[in-house]
Amino acid sequence: MNPLEILKTAMANSFRSKLRTLLTILAIFVGAFTLTITNGLGTGISNYIDSQIAAVGSSNSFTVAKTDTSGNPASGPKKYDATTKVLAAGGRPGSTQLALGQADLDAIGAIPGITGVTPVTRLSPDFIQWNDHDKYQLSVSPLAGAQPQLAAGAPLDDSAAQPQLILPSSYVAPLGFADNSQAVGQDATIGITDATGIMHSITARITGIEQSALLGGGGAFINKSLSTALADAQGTGAPAASKSVWANVTASFAPSSAAQVNDMKGKLAAAGYTAQTLDDRIGTVKTVINGIIGVLDAFAVIALVAAGFGIVNTLLMSVQERTREIGLMKAMGMGSGSVFALFSTEAAFIGFLGSAIGSAAAIGLGTAVSGALARGPLSDLEGLHILAFAPGSVAGVILLVMAIAFIAGTLPAWRAARQNPIDALRYE
Amino acid sequence: MSVPILAAQDLTKTYGRGPDRFDALKGVSLEIGRGDSVAIVGKSGSGKSTLMHILALLDTPGGGQVHVDGTDAKTLSGRRLNALRNTMFGFVFQQFFLNPGSSVLENVVLPLKIAGVGSRERRARGMAVLEQLELADKARNKAGNLSGGQKQRVVIARALINSPQVLFADEPTGNLDTATGRIVEDILFDLNSNHGITLITVTHDHDLAARFNRRLYIRDGLLINTDEEHAA
Ligand SMILES: Nc1ncnc2c1ncn2[C@@H]1O[C@H](COP(=O)(O)OP(=O)(O)O)[C@@H](O)[C@H]1O
Ligand SMILES: [Mg+2]
Repeated sequence: MNPLEILKTAMANSFRSKLRTLLTILAIFVGAFTLTITNGLGTGISNYIDSQIAAVGSSNSFTVAKTDTSGNPASGPKKYDATTKVLAAGGRPGSTQLALGQADLDAIGAIPGITGVTPVTRLSPDFIQWNDHDKYQLSVSPLAGAQPQLAAGAPLDDSAAQPQLILPSSYVAPLGFADNSQAVGQDATIGITDATGIMHSITARITGIEQSALLGGGGAFINKSLSTALADAQGTGAPAASKSVWANVTASFAPSSAAQVNDMKGKLAAAGYTAQTLDDRIGTVKTVINGIIGVLDAFAVIALVAAGFGIVNTLLMSVQERTREIGLMKAMGMGSGSVFALFSTEAAFIGFLGSAIGSAAAIGLGTAVSGALARGPLSDLEGLHILAFAPGSVAGVILLVMAIAFIAGTLPAWRAARQNPIDALRYE
Repeated sequence: MSVPILAAQDLTKTYGRGPDRFDALKGVSLEIGRGDSVAIVGKSGSGKSTLMHILALLDTPGGGQVHVDGTDAKTLSGRRLNALRNTMFGFVFQQFFLNPGSSVLENVVLPLKIAGVGSRERRARGMAVLEQLELADKARNKAGNLSGGQKQRVVIARALINSPQVLFADEPTGNLDTATGRIVEDILFDLNSNHGITLITVTHDHDLAARFNRRLYIRDGLLINTDEEHAA
């Protein structure tokens, strides 16, 4: 028998005992449905987290600080060293952070793989205002390379000479705009105080409005031009030394594999710097979520294994019922391999039906529920679709179920294949 | 005489073991030439079906050898054995063994499907053989809805579809009334005399046995020279 004929015959055979096949398909349906839903949950949440992470900063950069070697607090005060500069840091009382200078920038830039080093200047603007409306406090994101999820407008242009910013959507109404689209393209005024207490005004173009975000912290995103303008204004009148001392620098690199990133991290650590990628800082959240999804997946797989026993049972009954038919086919020259293929194909086909229907139902229902949740209870988390179905992972679920079904079918198929034609024909 | 198409030496077959042990064949030797027609005659339980199954390579003997066209059947590979079962031999079983839910045509072309013949050719050859057995108008009927005589003709059609060299028939008229049985007999003898098919038929009907070229009498698993009961 050729493979196509085996497939056709197996499909026809699976419909011969409709009720029994239907019940088996139902058992598989439950497992496949659950697995598709848990998978969709994983995909949906990690998509959301990925987009939120991208909104905080670029994934192709490290935030680098000098490694604090003071160790644990019990080690006592450290000896003064004239070459080490420290900054008061916001941690526990008395803690300090070692500052980075121009020499450090050069050292970091010299690490192979690092393509650019930018100091992170903490900018503290006082307010933002549009057209004589009320003034509001503003914080700006210090990290370059962020890709906020936009509700309206266009991304920032770092090469533009024009100062640009992207505002969180929560600013739209308070600043006096009717809606997001009115805000886009408008010029806003940012006030910032310099070292001597004098207020500077800087005008910047609003290029976009950010969706309300999970990790963003409600700050505005600014382009390079605005960042430079604010830094210059803030630094006016400050002693020259303080302008060349930074707590952190951003070291960017070309898109790299995890191994390359770890290699660069190692080199930075050897040089006395602590480097963290965004994933390092937010990775634990993902690990926890992946753990939860993994447990849910395990439950779904248990359901599928139970369904696998259903397949074994269904097919054993079919083999029993069709003993004479199998004997007849073998008497007419059908090889044992073909008999085996016939029954295991039937098992895989039943698995395919159950999983395809289960996945389709899960996608249909999941998309509807997820849409309803996104409009209702979860509407505060813009861009969150709690269930997302990636074609690859749905196909993976279907293949997994078919594999389980195939394995379940091997025992009945083997029983059918090894039958002696005459014993099978004499079977009453 | 040329090499016999089938030859058997000292065939034995034992079923069961211990107290259930039963010797169904106790040393049977025979030769069947190409184009011959042979009746195997004996009482119920004498081992006729067992012998036929072994000759058709559907079962293996406990001892002794079967030669097909001079080749020892034991030396055949699984693939070769399946090819012989599929194309060289046609077998009409004691029961019909039809798939009642499938159409007559589907039942008849099953050996072609097993051989991997494409569906168009299967249809053409299936219709041709049904034509030959005057069943063409029943091709689309469900096999389960036919009369006994029609079913027996379908089974013969199925055995003939691959143009076998040897046709085995195990009590082909046993389940049929006399008139229908006669029609089926005529079909078998026509195949033998006009198509050169070697015919090996099991029967306990002596009138039918008389129509064959040769008769082999079997009793309690052994061939005997004459039909003793009849002669007595
Ligand atoms: N599978 C089997 N197990 C045990 N005994 C069997 C089996 N098949 C046949 N027999 C016995 O072998 C003997 C010969 O059977 P069989 O060849 O079918 O006889 P016949 O066809 O001449 O009526 C019978 O007594 C039968 O009961
Ligand atoms: Mg018999």
